[in-house]
Amino acid sequence: MPSPRYTREIPSRYRLEAGRCKGCGKVVYPARRICPACRAADFETVNLSRKGTVVTSTVIHVPPDEFLMEAPYAMAVVETPEGARLMTQVVDCDPSTVLPGMEVSLEFRLIRKEGKSGILCYGHKGVPVA
Amino acid sequence: MREVAIVGAGMTRFGELWGQSLRDMFAEAAVGALNDAGADHVDSIYVGCMSGGQFVGQEHLGPLMADHLGMTGVPATHVESACASGGVALRLAYMEVASGMSDLVLATGIEKMNDGADVTNVLATAADQELEVYYGVTFPGLYAMIARAHMAKYGTTEEDMAWVSVKNHRHGAMNDKAQFPGEVTLEQVMASSMVAAPLRLLHCSPVTDGAAAVLLCPLEQAKEYTDRPVKIIGSGLATGSMALADRADPADLDAVQRSARSAYKMAGVGPRDIQVAEVHDCFSIAEICCIEALGFVEPGTGKDAAREGFTALGGCVPVNTSGGLKSKGHPVGATGIAQAIEVFTQLQGKAGARQVENARVGLTQNMGGSGASSVVHIFQGV
Repeated sequence: MPSPRYTREIPSRYRLEAGRCKGCGKVVYPARRICPACRAADFETVNLSRKGTVVTSTVIHVPPDEFLMEAPYAMAVVETPEGARLMTQVVDCDPSTVLPGMEVSLEFRLIRKEGKSGILCYGHKGVPVA
Repeated sequence: MREVAIVGAGMTRFGELWGQSLRDMFAEAAVGALNDAGADHVDSIYVGCMSGGQFVGQEHLGPLMADHLGMTGVPATHVESACASGGVALRLAYMEVASGMSDLVLATGIEKMNDGADVTNVLATAADQELEVYYGVTFPGLYAMIARAHMAKYGTTEEDMAWVSVKNHRHGAMNDKAQFPGEVTLEQVMASSMVAAPLRLLHCSPVTDGAAAVLLCPLEQAKEYTDRPVKIIGSGLATGSMALADRADPADLDAVQRSARSAYKMAGVGPRDIQVAEVHDCFSIAEICCIEALGFVEPGTGKDAAREGFTALGGCVPVNTSGGLKSKGHPVGATGIAQAIEVFTQLQGKAGARQVENARVGLTQNMGGSGASSVVHIFQGV
């Protein structure tokens, strides 16, 4: 699947900038136009802490083709102290140790290479806090 | 609104159907439904299909399928809601008959998954491309995360999930349309290869080709087509957050609960009234979450249902008597219609070895993605 190129063109995504709804306080990452909780359309920018806690996780043993060389790898839903949740890989550890409750730091990393020309796709990955 | 009944059903065998193209499978199922009812025309056709475009490079399925049924000229509409496409096609067909706009409507579901497409990538388009798939998650991976959340919250175990597969294969062994009609043991499920921890191969539904069709008409005309029509008494469709990270609790399937609530309300029945159900067991954990969301069991207790026989044939609410997606197979767009066919057959009393005795009220639940869409129908024998 082609990656959405605008992921690279929207700076707030790779800066981990979330939106906090001015109506109800909900924090959403990436920022949206309309609050999913209260439908207000007025947000302020919040810089997410570059850390979080694993809410749930898995270890992918049968990966998409583009991730073939990395399997098995851990993936997790991570919640930051601001209340934003994001899907990330958790790396630099034994993937079977990535379980709910684990504390991770969020680091800017290469996610994958897209297509035959190998366009680099960046994003965040979790790394266990030592 | 008019009362609506199903008066005919047809489906292909489910499996790797290398000798049949998408259109061939459609024609076999559609003609089966028309012949079952003795009907020689339809006023409208709905075609549920998740992704003809990506699996076989074919879109514009409405006119193509009408053409291959020899019915060029008839209105035909392609419906997509990922793996819930079939269930949503049924709902739209129901609405068209109930509204009085048409009298005889064919609701169909089709999918050709075994044709060289990268199935993992195609199915992943039903998840959030920007926020989930981009980072390397797969569909089994998303349900594995639901499983792990359910395990952490309710104490569900891998063995609890394995019992769902054992039960559904036991049911599927009695279904000659099933892709994998063989029984499996608990030990085989627990020893199968890991796909996305904690989900193993035998927790996952297979990659399947197949088509299914049902014919709907107003209840007052139903006796023209069959002695044993089955009424649709409730229909509910709901959405939930697309990305797992945006759900209040990844262990709970909110959309399933919402769709069930509206179907029960419309039908004037509750979960205790359901005597047979087809539930979307794309992965074993999904059946556990869904029977909780449908209200068959209390939240957190779904883990015990298959092991204790509550959801087995002979139990309190037999779930997936067809074998479910696990054993019968899961040609994604066709699944919702195939579920309706099983309940239709049960309520007609024609399910043979897997018949639920005296079944009068049945339910189907079909969902898309990791649970971002869910559609529930409730049926009653006449």
